[in-house]
Amino acid sequence: MNRFILNTWLLPNVNWENMWQATEETIYMSLIALAFTFLFGILLGLILFLTDRGQLWQNKFIHAITAAYVNIFRSIPFIILIVLLIPFTRTLLGTMLGPSAALPALIIGAAPFYARMVEIALREIDKGVIEAAKSMGATNGQIILKVLIPESMPALVSGITVTAIALVSYTAMAGVIGAGGLGDLAYRDGFQRNNPDITLVATIVVLIIVFILQFIGDYLTNKLDKR
Amino acid sequence: MITLSKLAKTFQTKDGNVTAVDHVDLTIDKGEIFGIIGYSGAGKSTLIRLLNMLETPSSGEVTIADKNMNQLSKKELRQARQEMGMIFQHFNLLWSRTVADNIAFPLEVKGMPKAEQKKRVDELIKLVGLEGRGGSYPSQLSGGQKQRVGIARALANDPKVLLCDEATSALDPKTTDSILDLLVDINQKLNLTIVLITHEMHVIQKICHQVAVMENGLIVEQGPVLDVFKQPKENMTKEFVKQVTEPEETEEAIRHLFEKDGIGQILQLTFVGGDAKKPLMTDIVRKFDVSISILQGKISQTRNGPYGSLFVSINGERELIDEVIAFIREQQVEVEVVHGE
Repeated sequence: MNRFILNTWLLPNVNWENMWQATEETIYMSLIALAFTFLFGILLGLILFLTDRGQLWQNKFIHAITAAYVNIFRSIPFIILIVLLIPFTRTLLGTMLGPSAALPALIIGAAPFYARMVEIALREIDKGVIEAAKSMGATNGQIILKVLIPESMPALVSGITVTAIALVSYTAMAGVIGAGGLGDLAYRDGFQRNNPDITLVATIVVLIIVFILQFIGDYLTNKLDKR
Repeated sequence: MITLSKLAKTFQTKDGNVTAVDHVDLTIDKGEIFGIIGYSGAGKSTLIRLLNMLETPSSGEVTIADKNMNQLSKKELRQARQEMGMIFQHFNLLWSRTVADNIAFPLEVKGMPKAEQKKRVDELIKLVGLEGRGGSYPSQLSGGQKQRVGIARALANDPKVLLCDEATSALDPKTTDSILDLLVDINQKLNLTIVLITHEMHVIQKICHQVAVMENGLIVEQGPVLDVFKQPKENMTKEFVKQVTEPEETEEAIRHLFEKDGIGQILQLTFVGGDAKKPLMTDIVRKFDVSISILQGKISQTRNGPYGSLFVSINGERELIDEVIAFIREQQVEVEVVHGE
């Protein structure tokens, strides 16, 4: 009954099956991209931090290359990045259709963004704690796994929350290359076919996803922070 | 136990080279509490970090327990560090770990099995008096408790040497004393060699056997604590000794007191060890025709025995006073005319 009223009187053009599918696609793109961004971002961030002056693996050359990579890919507007990466994606996945096709661009665009946040989080760690670990005879590997990552965890989590929300909005742009998702739905079915109710509902769903992500991120950050 | 020879460390900065440690020679015996005192910038922080190679020396050698620390491979150096504990001014605990997990950290580094770790952690928690706090996080502890965790962590791998980097400088006086008592306790229980750096003479007086005074990267004076207290030679040393023997206002108060009358001489007597018990004042008054009034006195305990200082004003004929001073010197008591003459 409820659904009938909504369909008929308020949102006449919304096809809930399509809406649900688009939501699934957005969630799929965001979550898979998020997992890889977390991994690559931490790796890149660690390299940026550790190869810097006075750090454990001080190395000017590697630091300069990593910093250049991070800066370049962070600066390219996402919509352009997707287009630039079409040949790469096609070689990698063999297709340019479907949500998976958006993943390479999403990860390559978001990982450098997150890497800078990881670097900042690592810089916040008290140098004395690293010195203490060294004085106990810890190896560099032990310092990374037992000191650097756990001590910066709350900042790493709040950084990934910000990145996750950016990723959700990136997925909307990925619709342009046929990746599907809520952005695609809002643009093609909503805007181009003049169905404002579809755009409205898609926007609300995106907002709900963002709020949920922010809530989870805040909860985890608080839970992890024992300072 | 620890020998430093011609140890030097120079830092390159924009304004040129800075020599933080300047060809220091030092020998520290096993089981000793060795204090290095100096103001900030004297190079003591660098010196203590040269002992476990947190700073690499520019030249010179560090030998600890017959091991030449300069020549160790990276792996050997890590093993050598596991045999040395270190505690810090700001404790440097991992806030993400509980007290028990912080103490277990060096055991994890060494690769001790979990079950053994737990047993060892329990022993250490008891040793430093933190029973029942194993599950707390550092943020829930007071400064003194945090330093106790630091000490337990430093002792986890049964080190031969404990390095203390301004370990009590961030603590209030009462907590400082309780931490110093704990250090003495473990020094005796475990026959541990302790090297500490500080800017507080109180710390040296209370727990050290030997002291070295550092200024501009050099060790300007060194010896058993009581000897240094009794006869400080360098100005820097005298300043530090004053920190504990003479309350700040003494000099001013005395000057003020005798400005008007302009009479009398003021002597500072320094008693060491058993001398403190001698009835020196009684003897003087009985033997010489002078009058004495006591202005201020203080007695402190060091690890090598008691140490006292007494400020007296003395009135009488000039020759008599000279005789009195000679008499005091005969009694092996240090005397210095601080006012008058």
